[in-house]
Amino acid sequence: MTTEPATVAAPSFHDILRIAGCRHHFPLLRQLVNGKPLVYFDNAATSQKPQVVIDAMVKYYETENSNIHRGVHYLSERATQAYERVRAKVKAFVNAEDQREIIFVRGTTEAINLVAHSFGKIHVHPGDEILVSAMEHHSNIVPWQILCEERDATLKVIPMNDRGELLMDEYERLLSDRTRIVAVTHVSNALGTINPVKDIVAKAHARGIPVLVDGAQAVPHMHVDVRDLDCDFYAFSAHKMFGPTGVGILYGKRRWLEAMPPYQGGGDMIKSVTFEKTIYNDLPYKFEAGTPNIGGGIGLGAAIDYLHELDLGGVQQLEHDLLAYATEKILTIPGVRIIGTAAQKAAVLSFTMEGIHPHDIGTILDVEGVAIRTGHHCAQPVMQFFGVPATARASFAFYNTKEEVDAFIKALHKVIEVLG
Amino acid sequence: MSLLRELYQEVILDHNKAPRNFRRMENATRRVDGYNPLCGDHYTVYVKLENDRIVDVSFEGAGCAISKASASVMSTLVKGRTINEAEELFHNFHRLVMGEKEGEDDIEKLGKLAAFAGVSEFPARVKCASLAWHTLHAAVKSDTATVSTE
Repeated sequence: MTTEPATVAAPSFHDILRIAGCRHHFPLLRQLVNGKPLVYFDNAATSQKPQVVIDAMVKYYETENSNIHRGVHYLSERATQAYERVRAKVKAFVNAEDQREIIFVRGTTEAINLVAHSFGKIHVHPGDEILVSAMEHHSNIVPWQILCEERDATLKVIPMNDRGELLMDEYERLLSDRTRIVAVTHVSNALGTINPVKDIVAKAHARGIPVLVDGAQAVPHMHVDVRDLDCDFYAFSAHKMFGPTGVGILYGKRRWLEAMPPYQGGGDMIKSVTFEKTIYNDLPYKFEAGTPNIGGGIGLGAAIDYLHELDLGGVQQLEHDLLAYATEKILTIPGVRIIGTAAQKAAVLSFTMEGIHPHDIGTILDVEGVAIRTGHHCAQPVMQFFGVPATARASFAFYNTKEEVDAFIKALHKVIEVLG
Repeated sequence: MSLLRELYQEVILDHNKAPRNFRRMENATRRVDGYNPLCGDHYTVYVKLENDRIVDVSFEGAGCAISKASASVMSTLVKGRTINEAEELFHNFHRLVMGEKEGEDDIEKLGKLAAFAGVSEFPARVKCASLAWHTLHAAVKSDTATVSTE
């Protein structure tokens, strides 16, 4: 199995300390909830924002706000330049070949819908197959289901084992002459599994099949290099990587994007419009109808700069240590079952407690100041596979600490005290 | 701990551990499924009606402590009552968990339901507490086979 991501030099102890010290960059974390210091373990839902991201957005609205790609006036020029600089930063962040391969959207969900719609329109026909995995978020299932229904195609599912790892042999068997696209998550939001995406792409490409990767849970935790992965599409959201909500990115290889029809019609995506015929704009604007979330884009740019300074290699090491520590501690609590025990895991700890519903766990932890997610995590097929209605999920970021894990474990003991 | 004890009162803990009328009913007049998609709580409520009286009520399914205890307490309170009396209880219960203040008399009238007063402090849990009641309401008042809290 391919180990991902390609590891760079191991971070030094000094680096780890420096990264851990960055916690104070996040103003939201300095608050009490129910009279207790906030322990924010819901990072897989959305991450918190460092001051530099908040400041960049405030500064944009205070000094630069204007519509882009339109006016000839000073502010419009400045806003346009600032926004396009972010596109260049995103290109470098994921190591895309060309800035035109970076499409700004609202989030990962919209990015996947865009591909399902525009790619599906020209490449998916009756009798064709689309391959997703058993651990997908609803946002990487439902757009393909809608497409399959429209085009009379079939959705196929790569199965997983009870640790939450994809069965690669089964995957290869499922690739057929009718498979038009493979859509898989890089990191599972419900299980934490890091999938061998590079291997998945290589096997699909061997049969000429393109691959879309849902990277929403991967980009905050590891270096992502779309050219190394060789994926055809890569979708992710700013808000899970310390940027604002409402901004997402679709990376797509130019040869696919050039051939795909637009997703939405409107301003900015056209070259000329008459009532008889409209000429569409070039990439990336062809896919960016309407005024985008410019302020959010500026925030994303600041988040990328922040991550660059932080060093994602060190982040990954620190989160790995936190996950190992939390896993060891939680297993000392009677009746705890961890859902998702893949060998390659990101900082997600999904679990159940015998005889206690996750919702009750969530409420009691909240009273103790600990914020976790409870429910099906928009991955109901995963819940069905593991035979649970829901799980409790703690998900970590580099700014979390072992002391917070201790508070979390203590709160879990309180759950047993109240409900056990 | 006091906030938690207010939510998870003894009555609730007891009914969660040992739910009353927790069974399938073969000869039910109506059966309705209630579902909370947010957390996956899922109950089936059975009622046996004679004219406008609920002569028997039971439920089965799975969910959190609040939803299960609420279904259990509800079943003990509405059995033998008329549909209108059950609807009035639902109305009172709903006001209680929504935090709409009740006078001393009202609290007394609520009886065991008063144990759910703490729910109003936890807005995310109001749907858990109300699920079985909404399902019962559908069973006695309408023709739907499934109700959802969404």
